[in-house]
Amino acid sequence: MKKTIFGIALIFFIAFMILAAAGMRPFGEPAFSEMDDYYIDNAQSETGANNVVTTIVFDYRGFDTLGEATVLFTAVLGVTALFREVSK
Amino acid sequence: MNEMSRIVRTITTLIYGFIMIYGFYIIVHGHLTPGGGFQGGAIVASAFALLVVTYGNQGSKKFLSEDIFSLIETTGLVLFIAFAFFGLGITFFYNFMANSGGLFGNSAVAGINAGDLNTGGTVTIMNMAVGLEVLAAFGVIILTMSAGSEIISKKKENS
Amino acid sequence: MIGNFPYLAVALLIGLGIYTLIYKRNLIKIAIGITLIENGVNLFLITLGYRKGAIAPIFTQAPEGLKMVLPTPQALTLTSIVIGVATTALILSVAMIIFKKYGTLDTDEVRRLKE
Repeated sequence: MKKTIFGIALIFFIAFMILAAAGMRPFGEPAFSEMDDYYIDNAQSETGANNVVTTIVFDYRGFDTLGEATVLFTAVLGVTALFREVSK
Repeated sequence: MNEMSRIVRTITTLIYGFIMIYGFYIIVHGHLTPGGGFQGGAIVASAFALLVVTYGNQGSKKFLSEDIFSLIETTGLVLFIAFAFFGLGITFFYNFMANSGGLFGNSAVAGINAGDLNTGGTVTIMNMAVGLEVLAAFGVIILTMSAGSEIISKKKENS
Repeated sequence: MIGNFPYLAVALLIGLGIYTLIYKRNLIKIAIGITLIENGVNLFLITLGYRKGAIAPIFTQAPEGLKMVLPTPQALTLTSIVIGVATTALILSVAMIIFKKYGTLDTDEVRRLKE
């Protein structure tokens, strides 16, 4: 009974997503690109590296990388704490 | 415990060194070619997964040990945060080594060039720190989960 | 409409992932469903930043006279992939502990808190 209600809601959700996908901008024309044009034009003279994606990950948006390193550290902490043998 | 056949063991001892060298190459050249710290760390961790699958968890204890991996992971994370604090004269995470002439301080030729390893500033050092951390984190996860699954299957056999 | 094919693939992946979460009872299959949803979202993030006929945003020995794709969605997708790995590792560890205590992985039978 509960599964049939979820199934009908899932069909409505997939229909909405397919209608939204058909009505988006054509594939290959991004909407706004002023920030990325600044990154492509000025990344080589300001940082001196050739790879623009790496300078965005580690220099222009370094805070997100710090948060991700913390999430990875916490996951390792959780896995080690689950498999500990408590000696009696 | 469960070792694989002789063909798999021979190929593994021949090949796991080359996989690790390829992973370190992608980590170190992260500021010139596609790649970087996260991708190279995942490639080196797949070499560790190959060792654990071939020899089992008891047999791979002579190649890998969990305590050294834990030490390498904390070293990588502390190095990353320390180099973020060193630029605090202007702002947090400031690239104080780019275009300055010291270590990793050459400037890049504008436009399309062949790539110089000495450029990049703190981006190059942070690449190596995050690469060490991701490598050790995946190694600890693989070793702990395989040890846990062997304990569970041994208990199911005995009961 | 046929030009928007990557967005239809994203809708299909997310729909299949939610179907697996509702109708399957094994814990490992539920973990696979969660991974399917995360892969659909990562694909959506990358296809938002594409320019027609452009090359990768790297200056080392690139061909001349071409534009470059937007580099910011690629940087954010890297973070999302690593967080997905952390989530999958924790889900599979909890599934192993449940199998040790209950002896089965069927969600219709692990309904009570046993000691």
